Amino acid sequence: MSLENFAIMRHELLLTAAFLIILVGEIFTAEEKKGKLRGFAIILFAIVTAAGFLPGAEGSLFGDMFRSSRTTLLMKNVLNIGTLIVLIQSFTWLGKPENIDRVSEYFMLLISTLIGMNFMISSGHFVMFYLGLELATIPLAALAAFERYKNNSAEAGIKLILSSSLSSGILLFGLSMIYGTTGSLYFDNIAASATAMPLTVLGFIFFFAGMAFKMSLVPFHLWTADVYEGAPVNITSYLSVISKGAAAFIFVIILFTVFPVIIQTWERMIWIIAVLTMTVGNLFAIRQKNMKRFLAFSSIAQAGFFLLGFIGGNELGMTTVIYYALIYIFSNLAAFGVVAAISNQTGRESMDEYNGLYRTNPGLSLVMMLAMFSLAGIPPVAGFFGKFFLFMAAAEKGFYVLVTIAVLNTIIALYYYLLVVKAMFINKNEDPIGRFKSDNMTKLGLAICIAGIVITGFASGIFEMIRNISFGI
Amino acid sequence: MNILSWLVIIPLLTVTGILFLNDTRKVKLVSAVGMSIQLIVSAVIVYMYLTARKAGNTDEMLFVSRHEWFRTLHIFYTVGVDGVSVAMIALTSVVVFAGIFASWEMEDLRKEFFISLILLATGVFGFFISIDLFTMFLFYEVAVIPMFLLIGIWGSGPKEYSAMKLTLMLMGGSALLMVGLIGIYFNSAPDGGPLTFNILEISKITIPIAAQRIFFPLTFVGFGVLGALFPFHTWSPDGHASAPTAVSMLHAGVLMKLGGYGAFRVAMFLMPEAASEMAWIFIILTTISVVYGAFGAIAQKDLKYINAYSSVSHCGLVLFAVLMMNQHAMGGAILQMISHGLMTALFFALIGMIYGRTHTRMINEMGGLMKVIPFLSVIYVMAGLASLGLPGFSGFVAEMSIFFGAFQHPDLFHRVATIVAVTSIVITAVYILRVVAILLLGPIKDHHFDNLGDAKWYERMSVVTLLAGIIYIGMAPLGLATMIKESLIPIVDKLL
Repeated sequence: MSLENFAIMRHELLLTAAFLIILVGEIFTAEEKKGKLRGFAIILFAIVTAAGFLPGAEGSLFGDMFRSSRTTLLMKNVLNIGTLIVLIQSFTWLGKPENIDRVSEYFMLLISTLIGMNFMISSGHFVMFYLGLELATIPLAALAAFERYKNNSAEAGIKLILSSSLSSGILLFGLSMIYGTTGSLYFDNIAASATAMPLTVLGFIFFFAGMAFKMSLVPFHLWTADVYEGAPVNITSYLSVISKGAAAFIFVIILFTVFPVIIQTWERMIWIIAVLTMTVGNLFAIRQKNMKRFLAFSSIAQAGFFLLGFIGGNELGMTTVIYYALIYIFSNLAAFGVVAAISNQTGRESMDEYNGLYRTNPGLSLVMMLAMFSLAGIPPVAGFFGKFFLFMAAAEKGFYVLVTIAVLNTIIALYYYLLVVKAMFINKNEDPIGRFKSDNMTKLGLAICIAGIVITGFASGIFEMIRNISFGI
Repeated sequence: MNILSWLVIIPLLTVTGILFLNDTRKVKLVSAVGMSIQLIVSAVIVYMYLTARKAGNTDEMLFVSRHEWFRTLHIFYTVGVDGVSVAMIALTSVVVFAGIFASWEMEDLRKEFFISLILLATGVFGFFISIDLFTMFLFYEVAVIPMFLLIGIWGSGPKEYSAMKLTLMLMGGSALLMVGLIGIYFNSAPDGGPLTFNILEISKITIPIAAQRIFFPLTFVGFGVLGALFPFHTWSPDGHASAPTAVSMLHAGVLMKLGGYGAFRVAMFLMPEAASEMAWIFIILTTISVVYGAFGAIAQKDLKYINAYSSVSHCGLVLFAVLMMNQHAMGGAILQMISHGLMTALFFALIGMIYGRTHTRMINEMGGLMKVIPFLSVIYVMAGLASLGLPGFSGFVAEMSIFFGAFQHPDLFHRVATIVAVTSIVITAVYILRVVAILLLGPIKDHHFDNLGDAKWYERMSVVTLLAGIIYIGMAPLGLATMIKESLIPIVDKLL
């Protein structure tokens, strides 16, 4: 192991270092000063995120079990940005008396999951992939149950751990079948020697089921609404954005590099699942009143849109998946940020209570409106560009029927996103949520999201950079 | 900086100016100043255009400027105008100008209202100057979405329902349009070479006919939803009736023309072969729009609904004319867009002013208004006569060209369709004259109306501007018609 080898694992090592520093910091902090750890941890993570953007080394380690390329570096940076925003948004909630003494646990668990996701994205061998997947999932269940005195939270944690365990088991079963048919678990070897044998295809289907669980695709989505509703808002935003994004990234890498031989099979599977996911997600979201459940179903539908980038197996597809993930991070975190700010201040989480919000809290309403427009794909915010390019990626390979179904689904989605805008701007309320000032950290988090939403679309340089890097896969 | 881009920059600057104002009285002033500057810039562009053409410039589009945007997707910010676009820009700036003055008394959330209105105008201007399909589509959607807030917050009647229905249906149309545009893009280089979104470049190649057969209906219907194509017009009556005055003016006067312009510039221009094959289906639908809209107007008792159905009928006529694919009819279509744009804006402005005084829009609750508010009533009569196509007003010129051009087709189908469409003139006369009689003539119905004030200065500004345009085009159409005709020649050549 030489120094340059370490540079290949830079992201993971920096995250581990941050983890350890927080652990040590916690030991040496007095009871009353625990709150300071929050700011310290956020600054530490910001440094890690910034360091991630320095030019990175490419190569492989551990006998090709761990790979780093410009694409994986980009994906990890995107996840880091999202996690940073989640951490900034958690600042206020962590300051509450019931959470203040467990601040460091929160950061350590979150960073562990991120380390797991990083390993997962960089994997070159299915065991490394599986290790990353488990590391990414198990601490999340603990985080979902973080508010231990609330039944919802505990229920969310149990649901998450049980369903993840089942899907991981199925995924492992699938991997074992693939090992049986190809004799290796290395990505390159499988890509070279796999054929479209029934057993390989069956193994692939089980693998797909495991990944579909992580991405909340229909029909593996049933855990999503309850877990998102029960978990603390910030964990929900982390789950819906980072966890899903990481799953999408590794999924697209594996599909394109390991299983191109059975592209016929997974094209058809993705077609059907994309249609199901978009439709079911949209139809169920229409009836939701609880904002967290609403955003949960909306993110199920968004996962369906991601699949349009997968289906072509083309390089534009991978580009648009990464691009859309970045935009989705900003949009969803803005929406969750507003929900969190209101929930922390007033405890209200129902859409009916958002009626008339513009008259009392115009800033928050505008942020929410921009987030809703971005999720719906309305110009001039970034969501429009993301969706348009995703549809182009699918259309490039001739999937026009799928694109038509997808655009019709965006209209259904527009209906429920407009319901939120209607509630805030148009509906009247005798007892609206009172005017309050959010603290600086919340404002900072929302400001970063809004900057992202507004700029990412128009600044074509971001898309071009992602496109250049995606050539590498 | 290209002069055309100023048409987008000036409204954005106005919005920024309004954003930072704290005094709401200044909001009106800033909006009025901004849109007056816009009107002047449009006039300058018209003048520059005419001068350039007279100097012998025969490019398809003038004042073209390209900026690379998404290089790998061949998306550019490309702007350019020809005679048709210039005419539409002139129309938009006049209607927006009139609309600002018609909203002078808006009290509730005044800043937000003017910001939304001017953002809508930005989208419209951007649409007319764009010649890159992606940028055009972006501006198209920017023009639609402020409608939701404008109708939902400041509207009347079943405003939430109307706003939601309008937004979802229009976005539904643009969803189909998106598929159509993406399809055109991926078929824009059938002989190899780079794909493109640029309208001029695509018009030089022939998209494979199999692709055209799929994407022409999608694109035409996508634009047609906004252009009141039967049976996708149902958002229009409720939408117009529930919207506040200036919004109805802008929407019926300008936004619905986006549909007609898009159908002509994108669907027919880029896919002429499929257009010839499939025109008959859409001719039937548009003929139904024209006649059904007119009959629908007869049945209404609410002034705004009458005007809304009338707009369905007139905008249907635009699409009808575009589908006739010859020079007279298409020239008539553009003239009809401008003429109807001014007329309907004038009508909605007048209705708003009448409603502001009488607080009712039901025609049988009012009567004899000519005695009480003579200025507004006379303008209303003139607007009515223009709408039913009286010579001397722009409506006659437009409809004459359309029917003349449509009848030039020698086959039975086109001629029958033309005759059916012509009957709408009579039906229009019925509902226009009926309203004028009940509303304005005769004895005063409700003596609460005895002391209504006549038009104020800003209201006079608004209606006189529009009426002046209508009369000018009606009396001296040659300049406008020639400008349009010259730009249509290359398009019609491609269609035949």
